[in-house]
Amino acid sequence: MTEPLVQIDAKPPSGNWRDPKVEFRRGVYCYSAQPKHVTYLGMANPRSWQPTDSDWKLPSNWKQIILDGLKDRLKKYRSFRLFMDICVRCGACADKCHFYLGSGDPKNMPVMRAELLRSVYVRYFTARGRLFGAGRELTEEIIKEWFYYFYQCTECRRCSVYCPYGIDTAEITMIGRELLNLIGCNINWVIEPVANCFRVGNHLGIQPHAFKDSMEFAADELEEITSIRVELPINRKGAEVLFVMPSADYFATPHYYTLLGYMSLFHEIGLDFTYSAFASEGGNFGLFTSHEMTKRLNAKIYEEASRLGVKWILGGECGHMWRVLHQYMDTMNGPADFLEEPVSPITGTRFENARSTRMVHICEFTADLLYHGKLKLAPQRNDNLAVTFHDSCNPARAMGLLEEPRSILRHACNRFYEMPENTIREQTFCCGSGAGLGPDENLEMRLRGGFPRANAVKYVNEKHGVNTLACICAIDKATLPTLMDYWVPGVQVAGVHELLGNALVMTGEKERKTNLRGEPLPAEVTHA
Amino acid sequence: MSVVVTVAGSMALVGAVSGEQAATAGQIFLWVAVPYAALAILLAGFCYRVAKWAWSPVPFRIPTTCGQQKSLPWIRSASLESPSTGMGAVARMALEILLFRSLFRNNRAELHDKQYIFGESKLLWLCSLAFHWSLLVILLRHLRLFLQPVPAFVSVLASWDGFFQVGTPELYISDVVVVCAGLYLLLRRWRDPLVRYLSQLADYLVLFLLLGIAGTGILMRYFFRVVLVAVKRLALGLATFHPVVPAGLSAFFFIHLMLVCILAVYFPFGKLMHLGGAFLSPTRNLANNNRSKRYINPWNYPVKTHTYAEWEDEFRDKIKAAGIPLNEEQSDGTTSTD
Repeated sequence: MTEPLVQIDAKPPSGNWRDPKVEFRRGVYCYSAQPKHVTYLGMANPRSWQPTDSDWKLPSNWKQIILDGLKDRLKKYRSFRLFMDICVRCGACADKCHFYLGSGDPKNMPVMRAELLRSVYVRYFTARGRLFGAGRELTEEIIKEWFYYFYQCTECRRCSVYCPYGIDTAEITMIGRELLNLIGCNINWVIEPVANCFRVGNHLGIQPHAFKDSMEFAADELEEITSIRVELPINRKGAEVLFVMPSADYFATPHYYTLLGYMSLFHEIGLDFTYSAFASEGGNFGLFTSHEMTKRLNAKIYEEASRLGVKWILGGECGHMWRVLHQYMDTMNGPADFLEEPVSPITGTRFENARSTRMVHICEFTADLLYHGKLKLAPQRNDNLAVTFHDSCNPARAMGLLEEPRSILRHACNRFYEMPENTIREQTFCCGSGAGLGPDENLEMRLRGGFPRANAVKYVNEKHGVNTLACICAIDKATLPTLMDYWVPGVQVAGVHELLGNALVMTGEKERKTNLRGEPLPAEVTHA
Repeated sequence: MSVVVTVAGSMALVGAVSGEQAATAGQIFLWVAVPYAALAILLAGFCYRVAKWAWSPVPFRIPTTCGQQKSLPWIRSASLESPSTGMGAVARMALEILLFRSLFRNNRAELHDKQYIFGESKLLWLCSLAFHWSLLVILLRHLRLFLQPVPAFVSVLASWDGFFQVGTPELYISDVVVVCAGLYLLLRRWRDPLVRYLSQLADYLVLFLLLGIAGTGILMRYFFRVVLVAVKRLALGLATFHPVVPAGLSAFFFIHLMLVCILAVYFPFGKLMHLGGAFLSPTRNLANNNRSKRYINPWNYPVKTHTYAEWEDEFRDKIKAAGIPLNEEQSDGTTSTD
């Protein structure tokens, strides 16, 4: 069936980790950022280069830049300094990383990923390093090693769940990438979306007119399925709610069906809302670049909410977007005192958990609607789907958004099955392509990193006939289909609001023949 | 620097007070100056390291959530794994510090015919917890050497520890546990291929040191008995800053004490500082109330953004052509809702 492209075997690790040599083999690394995007963003050292080059054309004082950058960050982040200092190398994290489980490369054990940076910290910033030569001297080889391994971590935080001190490799990778960015070692799959998002408003650089076209196209399609024409308010002042979604929702499949789901929902409940062609991206690849870039890109959400005079903000299905919105936005670009405490106009529920940031996750919003019986659903329309739910890393481990999507799925689908408990909720496995590691040239590493997730899907696929993997993350939707095709053929990937949209009975709709994908509904439904 | 001062200071102190027996300079150095110096390094180093962490700002609230957030009233939130209040975070920390909650989650990934199985793996948790708690009990038991009269809780603790009353003197449970758990931790470093790969020299040395201290202590208690009165006089003298060097201190005790001094000196420089650091981890000790309570970054600074005005300037024609309202076309926030 599948080509033995990716062999997974669990050999005991060998060799000495101090040797920084890495091999940039086809399929396991991402291409470098194009100089025009680096220049546009005003970032360091724009140039043409590839990781496979022997000369990376680093600035002549690269070593000083890195050491200064390291020093600066040790002062600014307790997390970083602490995590550099207190690891006891107990090894609890060792087999928790999906990249380690999929690659068997011992430097993908979280403790070792941190050690790559820690060894340099020890040499230059601790007494035992300066006096007795502990740690490793910073060389160009080490920069290449950092690049290889810090772009082989999806910042998913799974290791942090098991660490007795909560050491979070995401923090270390984020700092590691910040340092690499200081000397111009970055990847195009992150930097190009960042540049696009900064200038145009979204990752693909979809301009306002094309944004509208795309939305209209979706509305046309929804009309064909349901006979209902939904409204498309864009940049409308005075709406109650600003809706921000990841841009993939309106230009990629299967995200697109999730957009149809949102559209049906908003129309059905008569939500007074607007889309924005300016804040047309909830995702934030700044998170994969630097804290500063995160803030630069995130600023537009509050700016647009303020300009449009909305009361509060509703956010779509996306993983890392919600890490930024939940843990960074208010701190970086708040206070949102020009907004009001979010209240659902339909149920009157006050979203007290969002009373400061004033941004609500769509799963919280919809779960509340369903709880209060405000939506009429025909879950049998999803009866051809046996569904499992993939907790996306950031909503699970940086928000604790676990029950809300499940509650929606239980309403919208009759056949819902959980994967084994060590692979869901806070212990969920990453798709293997997060944090900017989704380009096709990195396919082998993506398939490896996604193996533990696919493994768990395969389990419920064999046990319960699961054929649909539901998730609430745009990167998941972009990359899990490839993963499923390779490891568990026959399983499709769907958004939670796609499945909700399938089941949603809209006032005045025609008798539906198909689901939002245009696939025929189960026979029992159409003949009922 | 502090070492020199302490050594000189304690020598002067001994010179002033040790009258009853003519202790040689060498004895004073080893029995008094070295322990004082080690203690000084331990305290100064420990405080310095903790202060350094404490003074580093925590710019963002980044708890790792290990359970359901507090959101809608009908969804039960995990008040310990994803605490929404400060008290909840304190309780979460208490679980981490006292019971090693996160380590308890540990499982072991095993590949069986292209399928990963995540099996139970609680031995690391059990042995680590046993090891640390025994160390604490042993440390507290040692207070009987440093305090006169011996506080009641120390005696009670010792009697509980000797609950089984095996042998004379009765065998302390903590002695058995610390050695067994320590040996497990050591063997695990050797035997588990992953842990072996990631272990460094210091990881072994610390375990050797702790086992050496425990070993010499046990030998002294059960096999090569020391003159307890002499040990207590030394300890009490050190504790009260009236150091004396009594007769009858054995070589075993000397080794025991020197290992403790080495441990104390090494403590602030390496990974043993996890004792202090565990309390400060921002992924554990902060509440998951990010969206309900604004968190302030002390060094938040303005950044270059791309404003709406700049965006509209660049795309004005396209915005117009698409029929999307421009900013000035909508006078204020009160346009009709169609």
